[in-house]
Amino acid sequence: MSVDLEKILRPIDHEMPPFPPKYMTIASGEEMVIRQVTRDEIPDILIHVAPLMSVERDFYDVVAARVYAELLAYYRHRMQDEYVLVAQIDGELCAVVNGRRVDGDTGMSLHTLALRRGLRIGAHAFAAKMEYHMDILGHKEVLIVAESPIGFRRWMIEYNLEKRFEIPHELGGPPSYALTSEIFERARGTLVIGRRPVPDALLEKAMEAILPPSDPPTPPEDLLAATRSKYDPTGTALILQRWMQQEKEEK
Amino acid sequence: MRDVYAIGIGITSFTRLEFPLSEIAAYPVMMALKDAGIKEIDHLYVANMGGARVNHQTGLASAVVDTLSLTPAGAEVIENGPASGASAIKQGFLAVASGMHDVVAVTGAERMREVNSIEATEFVATLTHPLAEYIYGVTLPSLAGMFTRAYMEKYGVTSRHLAMVAVKNQNNALLNEFAHIHQAITVEGILDSPEALTNNPFIADPLRFFDCCPVSDGGASVILATREVAEKTGRPLVRLAGIGQATDTHCVHEREEPTDLLAVRRAAAQSFKMAGVGPLDVGVAELHDAFTILEIVESEEVGFFKKGEGHLALERGETQIGGKIPINPSGGLKGRGHPVGATGVAQAYEIVLQLRGEAGKRQVADPKIGFTCNFGGFGNNVVCLTFAREN
Repeated sequence: MSVDLEKILRPIDHEMPPFPPKYMTIASGEEMVIRQVTRDEIPDILIHVAPLMSVERDFYDVVAARVYAELLAYYRHRMQDEYVLVAQIDGELCAVVNGRRVDGDTGMSLHTLALRRGLRIGAHAFAAKMEYHMDILGHKEVLIVAESPIGFRRWMIEYNLEKRFEIPHELGGPPSYALTSEIFERARGTLVIGRRPVPDALLEKAMEAILPPSDPPTPPEDLLAATRSKYDPTGTALILQRWMQQEKEEK
Repeated sequence: MRDVYAIGIGITSFTRLEFPLSEIAAYPVMMALKDAGIKEIDHLYVANMGGARVNHQTGLASAVVDTLSLTPAGAEVIENGPASGASAIKQGFLAVASGMHDVVAVTGAERMREVNSIEATEFVATLTHPLAEYIYGVTLPSLAGMFTRAYMEKYGVTSRHLAMVAVKNQNNALLNEFAHIHQAITVEGILDSPEALTNNPFIADPLRFFDCCPVSDGGASVILATREVAEKTGRPLVRLAGIGQATDTHCVHEREEPTDLLAVRRAAAQSFKMAGVGPLDVGVAELHDAFTILEIVESEEVGFFKKGEGHLALERGETQIGGKIPINPSGGLKGRGHPVGATGVAQAYEIVLQLRGEAGKRQVADPKIGFTCNFGGFGNNVVCLTFAREN
């Protein structure tokens, strides 16, 4: 008896309604577009996520590795009812957010990865994700966890999320927090912002190509001296040693 | 008194630093010693405000001097709130000028991001009056907010002027590799766009997010020495020519005129008098812009502009790097960051760098006199320093 195993392994996706793209002016004065991407665009995103897997600071490594896996799973049909939104400035990939539909009432927020830091880029992208769950998918609540202190400040504290500690989150099983429709309405207009429709030229630029981040992570200047941060204690010791060595050579 | 020279400088990145406070204090000393080309000092002054409270570390100076293998040099901590840095430099000056020591190191360090921003704000608020201010929930942003509102009413300063200070200083910080904030911002993005209120929310009305300095970790160091030692370094001679310090009422509400910063005015005047120069001789200044309004007001109180006209000079671009009196080319507290105990020393670092002509892309054109204003409390303990290039 032959069995098409792929039919078993591949989850059956529900039809996910489109997220209407929006845009906003960020603190730098630049206009940022947030839009939904298709499966076909995932490989263009993965190449920019991969370098962040070696950035230990602020748990970028954990978040990037998981985002990579989730996006790859979406691309290769190993994740059910997932969606991916991206934030772009002049085509540049600035943030990736994703989540999943659990059922008609509940959404599962997966990750928010800011490839360009600061200026609330990640926060705007997260807000768009919540907008997708509440306004487009019609969810009553979204389950959320944070993997970094920054995420905790941005989601749990800024939105004042409710505890759903009895529900383990899909991201590693920690207790969940929830964004409810009431919390979402409170945030609408303050934390959840943006304008529609996106002007044609802006949207065309965003759709044209996913361009690489303008400030991607680079290998440390001195591999021996840099581990967690540029000026860590080990680095100090090594710099001292190097100076002593230089002095010896000069003599 | 003997003349005193800044012969070496060092700094760490101002950001979140994931290593002990004693390391943050020690690293810039090492850089400053290297810069000065010396290996020994007579004494170490460590400026720090929150080690005991925030980092559970006391006896910081002993830890730093040993970390640097500089024992048996004497070492002690100087605490004077956010003006600790300039106060420590003042102590270093006195030690050399008096003839007690020939070479002293001054380092300022703070590790504030070990706690969250709410706790960090609360920690800084402990410098307010315990019975008349602190117990009622006063914080430095709240005092600055009230001060700003009063200043706006009286002198016509607007939110746009505040935003212009923020934009100027954050753009300057882009030229400073050690600065905390490396983000270009525009007045449109933080004030005019439909999303400006989200990008730049109110913190203490009328002050908004981009009107307030970040909470930073960081350290900075200056080595002070006699002329004899300074000449041996072969580096440009930068003399610490003037020091002024003044206090004001602990409670802000007890001040006769709430829009005056008398301690700034008096400390600056003392510093200029001692240096034998006037405010209009200054070629570059680092002012304590913990909140954007303070840069404007301090620029008036120290005498660069008439009272109530600092914002007009800002409009004319006079405080830009290429302007008549460049203020905060380093990015100031707003852009470089504000690890409270380190700030006064970081200001001195920038001025020495500028006077030497070594400030790279943010170099001001040929300054001969540099000035710093380190603002403790809410203007209740201020230390001003005047530096002069001699060759």
